[in-house]
Amino acid sequence: MLYGLCIFLPLIGAALVGLFGRFLKDKGAQAVTCGAMTISVILAIVIFSEVALGGAPQTVQLFSWVVSGGFQVDWALRFDTLTAVMLIVVTGVSTLVHYYSIGYMHHDPHNPRFFAYLSLFTFFMLMLVTSDNFLQLFFGWEGVGLASYLLIGFWYKKPSANAAAIKAFLVNRVGDFGFALGIMGVFLLYGTVSFDAVFDATPAKAGATMEFLGGQYHALTVLCLLLFVGAMGKSAQLGLHTWLPDAMEGPTPVSALIHAATMVTAGVFMVARLSPMFEYTETALAVVTIVGASTAFFAATVGLCQNDIKRVIAYSTCSQLGYMFFACGVSAYAAGIFHLFTHAFFKALLFLGAGSVIHAMSDEQDMRKMGGIWREIKITYVMMWIGSLALAGVPFFAGFYSKDIVIEAAFAAHSGVGMYAFILGMAAALMTAFYSWRLILMTFHGESRADEKTHAHVHESPKIMTVPLMILALGAVFAGWLGYDLFVGEGMKEFWGSALLVLPSHTALHDAHHVPLWVKVGPIVLGLAGIALAYWLYMFRPQIPAMLAERFGALYRFLLNKWYFDELYDRIFVNPAIYLGKALWKEGDGTLIDGLGPDGVSGAIRNLAQRASALQTGYVYHYAFAMLIGVAVLVSIYLFGLGG
Amino acid sequence: MLEIGIGHYLTVAAILFTLGIFGIFLNRKNVIIILMSVELILLAVNINLVSFSVFLQDLTGQIFAMLVLTVAAAEGAIGLAIIVVYFRNRGTIAVEDINLMKG
Amino acid sequence: MIAAIAFYCFAAVAIASAVMVISARNPVHSVLFLILTFFNAAGLFVLIGAEFIAMILIVVYVGAVAVLFLFVVMMLDIRFAELREGFMQYLPVGGLIGLILLVELIMVGGSWALSPAVEKARAFPAPPVDQMTNTHAIGQILYTDYIYLFQGAGLVLLVAMIGAIVLTLRTRDGVKKQKIAQQVARRPEDTVELHDVQTGSGV
Repeated sequence: MLYGLCIFLPLIGAALVGLFGRFLKDKGAQAVTCGAMTISVILAIVIFSEVALGGAPQTVQLFSWVVSGGFQVDWALRFDTLTAVMLIVVTGVSTLVHYYSIGYMHHDPHNPRFFAYLSLFTFFMLMLVTSDNFLQLFFGWEGVGLASYLLIGFWYKKPSANAAAIKAFLVNRVGDFGFALGIMGVFLLYGTVSFDAVFDATPAKAGATMEFLGGQYHALTVLCLLLFVGAMGKSAQLGLHTWLPDAMEGPTPVSALIHAATMVTAGVFMVARLSPMFEYTETALAVVTIVGASTAFFAATVGLCQNDIKRVIAYSTCSQLGYMFFACGVSAYAAGIFHLFTHAFFKALLFLGAGSVIHAMSDEQDMRKMGGIWREIKITYVMMWIGSLALAGVPFFAGFYSKDIVIEAAFAAHSGVGMYAFILGMAAALMTAFYSWRLILMTFHGESRADEKTHAHVHESPKIMTVPLMILALGAVFAGWLGYDLFVGEGMKEFWGSALLVLPSHTALHDAHHVPLWVKVGPIVLGLAGIALAYWLYMFRPQIPAMLAERFGALYRFLLNKWYFDELYDRIFVNPAIYLGKALWKEGDGTLIDGLGPDGVSGAIRNLAQRASALQTGYVYHYAFAMLIGVAVLVSIYLFGLGG
Repeated sequence: MLEIGIGHYLTVAAILFTLGIFGIFLNRKNVIIILMSVELILLAVNINLVSFSVFLQDLTGQIFAMLVLTVAAAEGAIGLAIIVVYFRNRGTIAVEDINLMKG
Repeated sequence: MIAAIAFYCFAAVAIASAVMVISARNPVHSVLFLILTFFNAAGLFVLIGAEFIAMILIVVYVGAVAVLFLFVVMMLDIRFAELREGFMQYLPVGGLIGLILLVELIMVGGSWALSPAVEKARAFPAPPVDQMTNTHAIGQILYTDYIYLFQGAGLVLLVAMIGAIVLTLRTRDGVKKQKIAQQVARRPEDTVELHDVQTGSGV
């Protein structure tokens, strides 16, 4: 009962505020949703302690959903360690974001709608992580996509926000198409979509082949690749990443909740949840590793040159998701989830901190127009430092524990793809530290590049906004140290139980604890080097960046324009689609169908009618003549034809 | 040739009928010719009816011919009244000018 | 023998005058030729033995309808118009069609055969001439079996008469007409006032 309540309270909050927002007004809406979320997070902690720490996974059956011949699906909530971890992340960050939004969205006239959407999103995410079968997972998957669309386009009067929302939804759709195909393939292969049944049957089906696009392929590889396509879309991996930077059009709390901590991590969650399937297909694991590593590298390079504070953090998220994926790819699922766990804290902290900066700078987001405000907004400044330290993997902060184990696992995999991931991961670590400090230095230090009025208005955020920051900072500092043993250390086996499956042949995570010293120390050194480089370029020699940008102009523009992916997709997909649509509309629909159908018929009738009316000359003798001709014809027919 | 059978009468009726029809659409002069052609047609019909009635020894034909006569008279009267009124309004009854009903 | 000559005479004159009806230049001539056609048709009827119809033809058609035509033609002050104008335009096609029609009619007329059932299908057999005259025979069935049609024909004539009057009646301005109903409905109170007049003063 309590378990179910944890999941459904956000829905109740969303429904109440969504339907009765007009009567509840801002304060009422905030009270209802934040209250529901607070209870939810307390229950999540209870669940975590019972299920994960206490080692008692369970499934709560709700009711049956589809009974159609051989296809039977129930609504059921599955609570195991993986779920419990995700529950903490989702409810925790969501509750803090709810409270933060009370302050951030203070001036917005549509508060009830915002809070309803936030709670709705939380509900869908919770459904996703507690799903017991593929269909329910898909339900949550689509639901968070919907909530993302609604929230990105929250300020719907802005055309750029609408465009970004549609872009997010469409790119996700591409991924969801692969996902749906994967689910159908699962049903085809297993005859069921329930997780338990599928996982139990997987070892037997390890060698099965299925037909796909005309050829026979290894079934599990095909299925896992299709499902991974869905994860790529949702988690903005290379190829389907174009929506994430544009999603920054939404309010900052939305970016913190959805595009940092929870929705984008759904892909990682899915891969971890399906570890019993992924383990049996080396090809799919290799693909996951390569895509994850490439994304980590790519996003970090783009983040080096961005000027919008939120976009830097967005690319940072994209990059860290790549880390999580390549950790799963080398079968170190626990490391991936551990990084997900810590990342939620410090990334949400960074985003909310950026929101605080934006709030202070009167909605200015361009870092080139900021600077020199660290004294005025000390708390935010400290929070950003903590978040960045955690992100860069400086020892004893959360990111150090999780990021290092991920990189070590990549090394310890001793495979080609593992090495690829390791090298790219190290490079990305350097770049991550660099752009994080670039952000801090450009935003807070140096001469103020803002105009007088904005600078005079700089003020610290109210407590309702800074307190969530502080709570997140606690997580960013201690989550790694506290969770290391449980997630990836000695207590790993008892902690995870049967939530994650790792085949005995995949020893990356075990070996990760025994890698050479230079591998362990490498990321730290690179991180510190990155920080030093950032200081040198932006604090001591601020004229060098501009010179570098000029010198390597092409490279700079290449990075600034996100490797021209948007332009590429425009040319390959968008423009042909628009052209096809217009052609089908104008020619196909307009000329052909309308021409043959309504317009054509009416035109022909009008033509015939005009000709018929020309027969009415008005002269009686013409009419008589016509009658005469008619009579003659009739008589002839009668004589020679019918009558005979 | 000398023996006059019903065929002769029918031929006469047919010729009168055709002449009446010619009269309707061949004339451009005035509308009264049209009315008179209609009378010719009706006359042809009457000849037909009566000759059949006599030949078949059935009086129905003659009764019918009388009724046709009646209707022809009525129609002639009305037609002429219309022409009179039309002439009053338009000043002409040349067939070429009567095209108010042009569609 | 005489019958044949009479028939051919009547027929020829009827056809010739019909041609003249439609081709005469003077409309009055047309009407007169029409009258001639009617007379000859009546003659044909007498020949065939339907004398009642023949006489009715003369009385009604010639005496009433053709005279009416004459009145209207003379009243309307029609100018002589050119016959040839436009005549030739339609002649080829029209003539062809008319000819086809004529040929077909004659074919039908010439190739007919008497059905054996016609003996029994006679609605009202004509009594032989020596027993009863044609007129008597028609009278016997007209007012008994065909009474409804007879009355209907009368109604048609009534309606035609009313219609003709309604169409052509002109009311002229300035003509004083009496409205009897209005006159009768006038009351003394509306028209006559009674005044007590003092002797010596005016009204």
